[in-house]
Amino acid sequence: MYTTDQYESMIAETISLTGANGDTISAYIARPLGNGPFPAVVLIHHIPGWDEWNREATRRFAHHGYIAICPNLYERYGHGTPEDVAAQVRSDGGVADAQVMADVQAAVDFVNSLPNSTARTAVFGTCSGGRHVMLAAAQVKGLAAGIDCWGGRVIMSDEDLNEKMPVAPISLTEEVACPILGLFGNDDQSPPADQVDTHEQALKAAGKEYEFHRYDDAGHGFMYYHAPMYRQAAAVDGWAKIWDFLERRLG
Amino acid sequence: MCTMIVDNIKATGSAKGRDGWFSITDISVSYDHPFHAPLEHALNIDFMARAESGFQRISAELTAADALELIKSIEKVLSEAESREIPLDTDILKAS
Repeated sequence: MYTTDQYESMIAETISLTGANGDTISAYIARPLGNGPFPAVVLIHHIPGWDEWNREATRRFAHHGYIAICPNLYERYGHGTPEDVAAQVRSDGGVADAQVMADVQAAVDFVNSLPNSTARTAVFGTCSGGRHVMLAAAQVKGLAAGIDCWGGRVIMSDEDLNEKMPVAPISLTEEVACPILGLFGNDDQSPPADQVDTHEQALKAAGKEYEFHRYDDAGHGFMYYHAPMYRQAAAVDGWAKIWDFLERRLG
Repeated sequence: MCTMIVDNIKATGSAKGRDGWFSITDISVSYDHPFHAPLEHALNIDFMARAESGFQRISAELTAADALELIKSIEKVLSEAESREIPLDTDILKAS
């Protein structure tokens, strides 16, 4: 917990990573200065793109003592405003899960290799990033925790599966290899409450460590303070749940 | 953006973007979370130029009800043109 007598410092900058297929991708990293060692968080941005909210969230994790990194999963679409880049991705039906997982793996490996890292790393994502968190928990190596914020399409019908998204994350529940924190609004349409129930039951049946927190009078994206779906009480409590979870799981 | 409901068409025409007019190559229609409209889901229309020279886009994010009204309005206008035997041009005019 922060107290006013602490010295505080961080550096935040854009760096390059070698991601999926050997591609050079950008990543935004914010980290406390000092010997640490610090635990880490990899942020998986949502379909609206590698945007300001994710950069601010990256710095927020650093403010709380974590090395935080957010890779640009849309690097292959070139550069422009985050919305324009994301519109191209939306038009193309998203990016392939396998590519995202390889980019996330690169970010995890990078932060785990830093000399002031504890190599205890969590993955965090909202919306489509929440869905990717559930895939990463099963497929990415070196994770100590996962935070799924209102990830939709964890449950997918056979008709929803395609070349880019060949597997429903819930079908990988047995392979989930780290504790999961889930935050959901009960008024969300994607994922709807009954799908969150099913997801929770699957984690429980598989004997996985998880904790789901669900909020009334909150829907999708209740932490997005720049959008009308923002719900102050749920957002404040949700962040508190995140700090508590990370403290317990990453130390 | 979780519905991933999207449909794309190739298109010809012009749109006026941030840097002036550009030639449309594609129109992308989706029903998903908007970037800006205060809606959980919106009918999003992106008029796009996907060209080697770069990407341009103008966008609209509408309520589903307004999008359905827009369809009716377009059909009404084109129907009136047909009834008045005004040709529905589909070919780009070549500069002489």
